[in-house]
Amino acid sequence: MSKNIVLAGVGGQGTILASKLISAAAMKRGMEVETAETIGMAQRGGSVFSDIKIGDDINGPLIGRGQADLLIAFEPGEAVRQLPFLKKEGACVVSSRPVEPVSSLIGMSSYDPAAHIDYLRKEVRNLTVIDTDRALSEIGSSKVLNVLLLGAALASGELGLSAEDIVMALHERLPEKLWEINERALNYGNK
Amino acid sequence: MGNEAIALGALAAGVNVAAGYPGTPSTEILETIAKRRTTDVYVEWSVNEKAGLEMAAGASISGARCLVTMKQVGLNVASDPLMSLEYIGVEGGLVLVVADDPGPISSQTEQDTRTFGMYSKVPVLDPSSVSEAYHMVQEAFELSERYKTPVILRPTTRIDHGYESIEIADHEEYKNNSPAGYEKDPSRWVIFPRLSFKNHALIEKRNEKLSKEFSRYSRNFIRPADGYDGRKAIATNGISYSYTLDALSGNACPEILRVATPFPFPEELAVSFLKDKDEVLCIEELDPVIERALIHVCGKYHLDVRIRGKLTGDIARSGENSVDSVKEAVSGFTGIGLTAASEPVAPPDLPVRPPVLCAGCPHRASFLAVKKAMEGQKCAYCGDIGCYTLGNAHPLDMTDTCLCMGAGINMAQGINRVDPETKTFAFVGDSTFFASGITGVINAFYNQADMTLIVLDNSTTAMTGHQPHPGTGQTLMGDVVEKVSIERVLKAIGLTTVVTADPLCFDQAVETVRRVASEKGVKAIIFKSPCIVRFKPTSPKSSVDSDKCIGCRKCINEAGCPALIIKDTKAFIDPSLCTGCALCEAICPVGAISGGGHNE
Repeated sequence: MSKNIVLAGVGGQGTILASKLISAAAMKRGMEVETAETIGMAQRGGSVFSDIKIGDDINGPLIGRGQADLLIAFEPGEAVRQLPFLKKEGACVVSSRPVEPVSSLIGMSSYDPAAHIDYLRKEVRNLTVIDTDRALSEIGSSKVLNVLLLGAALASGELGLSAEDIVMALHERLPEKLWEINERALNYGNK
Repeated sequence: MGNEAIALGALAAGVNVAAGYPGTPSTEILETIAKRRTTDVYVEWSVNEKAGLEMAAGASISGARCLVTMKQVGLNVASDPLMSLEYIGVEGGLVLVVADDPGPISSQTEQDTRTFGMYSKVPVLDPSSVSEAYHMVQEAFELSERYKTPVILRPTTRIDHGYESIEIADHEEYKNNSPAGYEKDPSRWVIFPRLSFKNHALIEKRNEKLSKEFSRYSRNFIRPADGYDGRKAIATNGISYSYTLDALSGNACPEILRVATPFPFPEELAVSFLKDKDEVLCIEELDPVIERALIHVCGKYHLDVRIRGKLTGDIARSGENSVDSVKEAVSGFTGIGLTAASEPVAPPDLPVRPPVLCAGCPHRASFLAVKKAMEGQKCAYCGDIGCYTLGNAHPLDMTDTCLCMGAGINMAQGINRVDPETKTFAFVGDSTFFASGITGVINAFYNQADMTLIVLDNSTTAMTGHQPHPGTGQTLMGDVVEKVSIERVLKAIGLTTVVTADPLCFDQAVETVRRVASEKGVKAIIFKSPCIVRFKPTSPKSSVDSDKCIGCRKCINEAGCPALIIKDTKAFIDPSLCTGCALCEAICPVGAISGGGHNE
């Protein structure tokens, strides 16, 4: 099996942890993994992405256009930004909650999140839009967006991993007091 | 991570001493050494790259294996010792890891350390993958000791920050290197013109020999063509080699020359590669190093081969390569039909997201205090390298210049020298102040400048991930040491006005700026408030009383804090981002925001 996965978001949203959970879970299953992450200036509120390649015969971590099986987006506009990397038949999981940039708040650019969700609905056949505000308030934590999205990625059938794999990685990476809330988020997304 | 692999490779090679200065994308190398070292390995964050390399030169003379890490522009700072060190040579293996940043993604320049290697005559190794970086750093130590020369390992961002599953050596398999200690030998270690003359000739001879040796080095190789029988071929290196294989996977593939030692260039290997070719496409990032070397070889050996690449416009002259850019170039070059991804339907306007200061960042308050205090006066705000470079983003718009580490101080001096009507300010962070700000202050003070120095002291090296520095009282070895006081340094230089203030006590901060800036000469304000990412504030968060809020947007338009958004025409504070710095409370004209307030 080989899988190419792109994570897209805004610096500070927790994309790196999500990427590490996927890689750790895949490696636990004995699969080869290569990833690339945005580290540096863009981590301060800029657009960030992580590329993850799982499988044999990987040539470098970066994914070419039209090569990703799955796009996990933490924000509608960032989903659209990375959409060219998704295969025609690929799956996309996206959080409905926009992160409005300062540049548009002060009128120096424009951003219409609803138009982005509409665009995704037209362009992506296998699309899951997570109502993030509702989900996080039902789960009871505003800090588990990344794991909630991983849950939805499991449900899309394109992650190539099981819920148990991700739970094992969670236990490895997080302190015990955070296991329960994160598992709840994972299950909420994976239904 | 590639940087972790480099660190683990250096440890496996028995490194004794490691030093460097933080800089993206190189930072995690030293952090990993610090975490994974055995107790007899010494590691330090040096105040800058020059200090780090000089310390390592002394350690190497005493027989230690030394690793010095930096980003590409860090090598500019360390270039003085490096140029000379190449002439006197080393004893214990000395490897510099210099991380290049095509794009650039987090750097001021797109300079190419392979070119720097050529200029300084220092051999350069250039890995194509994480696992290769792990092995090549070990080979670099061997090479350094065999030829008594510093050696550069040059990864790029995609290697440094790429992750790969690799096999590594156990502790018991680490090479055990016990330094022999210092022995007096001025005939070797004192650089006089006569010694330089003699050694220069030896260096040139050695590099000729290395070029021959590198033609047989297993990491320089010719990958045979696969299903392709034309007379065209590809020459490539580093991450571009991976892109090339990825772009051509499942298709016919021409012969590929993979170059892992851009300097000295493996000339004999190149001749055997070129002899039956008509055309070669060079796929590389930054400078056309391989391309120029192949053109040189063609001229020298009278080979009739057309060399294409950056100089012929087949490969972009600036920026990163990608699988897709390589696909396009290779399709055009060989005629092998590689399917490009279909163009997507035009999307709506994408959000514009330049990086910004974090919600609650004390730098925002410092910038705003200066902006408010100097309202209506002609000012120049000279910025510097660090998180606070982001002070240039609107609505703050408080960084007018930024050149290189520490440059803002003397740029402020120069602007005011030519244009005395303009009041000049230099903003410098605490780590940058220690790295290369102090000499600037001395220069400005000695030469009678008229300017205000603003030290943004957040007690850490924030942009690169919170490394300690001389002002923090902690070392990378984990020792608690005496703090170097910025205030006392400035007073010792001779500044009479040095005021330390908390920028989050906003009204007082504005008043301090007004008072200090009106004085003559070089004067300083140290805005001291810890980085909120490193030292999470516990203060209560601010919130907006939507009945009182008049929707004037003044808070958003002045502070530009990411926690402030508009909900139903009123300001709203995202509680998951707010740190309670209360800056917006000081800005609101109708007192609609309250509840925050940091511990005073």
